Amino acid sequence: MSFINYSSREINCKIVYYGPGLCGKTTNLQFVYKKTNPEQKGKLISLATETERTLFFDFLPLALGDIKGFKVRFHLYTVPGQVFYAASRKLILKGVDGVVFVADSQIERMEANIESLDDLRINLAEQGYELDKLPYTIQYNKRDLSNVAPVENMNSLLNPRNVPSFEGCAVTGVGVFETLKNVAKQVLIELKKHY
Amino acid sequence: MSSDLVMYEEEFQKIDEELQKLFQQASAKVVFLVDKNGQLIASAGETREIDTTSLASLTAGNIAATGGIARLLGEKEFTILFHEGEKDNIHISLIGQRVILVVIFDKRSSLGLVRLRVKKASESLVRIFNEITSKAEKDKSEGKLDDSPFAEISDEDIDNLFK
Repeated sequence: MSFINYSSREINCKIVYYGPGLCGKTTNLQFVYKKTNPEQKGKLISLATETERTLFFDFLPLALGDIKGFKVRFHLYTVPGQVFYAASRKLILKGVDGVVFVADSQIERMEANIESLDDLRINLAEQGYELDKLPYTIQYNKRDLSNVAPVENMNSLLNPRNVPSFEGCAVTGVGVFETLKNVAKQVLIELKKHY
Repeated sequence: MSSDLVMYEEEFQKIDEELQKLFQQASAKVVFLVDKNGQLIASAGETREIDTTSLASLTAGNIAATGGIARLLGEKEFTILFHEGEKDNIHISLIGQRVILVVIFDKRSSLGLVRLRVKKASESLVRIFNEITSKAEKDKSEGKLDDSPFAEISDEDIDNLFK
């Protein structure tokens, strides 16, 4: 649910990074944070455990610039990926405008990817959303590792609708901004349809 | 699917006035209004030293988590949260199922006073938000939005955001 404020001339949108545990959602946000000008970003907030696993969410507000005199802000959130944080994940999807699914490219994580994607669909449905109708981008992360599944295989497994997808290595930043840019663009195009 | 929140100058003024009033009457340090999804709507008081964007997002997370607990216990919602600190206290209340009113206060005020004033302000805010909702529905059914920023938005405009 975006928030359009004619008084302060702002458009606020919410993007959620979803995916299995340790797939690199937080790393994506950290890279965006690192590479964005100070005046364009707020604080990166991480509610994490002592071992740096996301407990509730990470949050990064980004002010991208202006469209027709309106300041465009994106609020980026990640969910906790670990299976037992299901209840928290559901909460963060509330009011989402666009979803990034970060898939772990390692062969042994394919099942976790599929499980997380199912979880995403179910949790969205509970909030009255349909993944197929939302702005949605997939990132195949960790392409730098040696034990990765071929992108074609991952596409047929995780991306039957052939939504935009990007190869990534979030640690070094490969594909991070491409992914964000793509989903942000979809969100704005979706808003354009309604207003 | 919950609808987008569209706010015009007129309603924003009303909300702002209401928050200013609450800020004064409750002798608060800061008062702010957040949408349930964590977007800051308006604020009043000494906001300069506070990272209101982060605070808004965390407050909404807090309310969401508490709401989750409520449902587990068979409650619809816990409408008030109160955190007491050494110097500052924070009073969080859910208004009309839609927005969150946050009041930060110190020893210049008291919980009793804040609760009383919040209750009064809530009633007015519910009314204003009902107006906003009905106005948005009307605009949508008529298919008009005054000077929509999206009317002539081009691919180029969007691309420019990322330069």
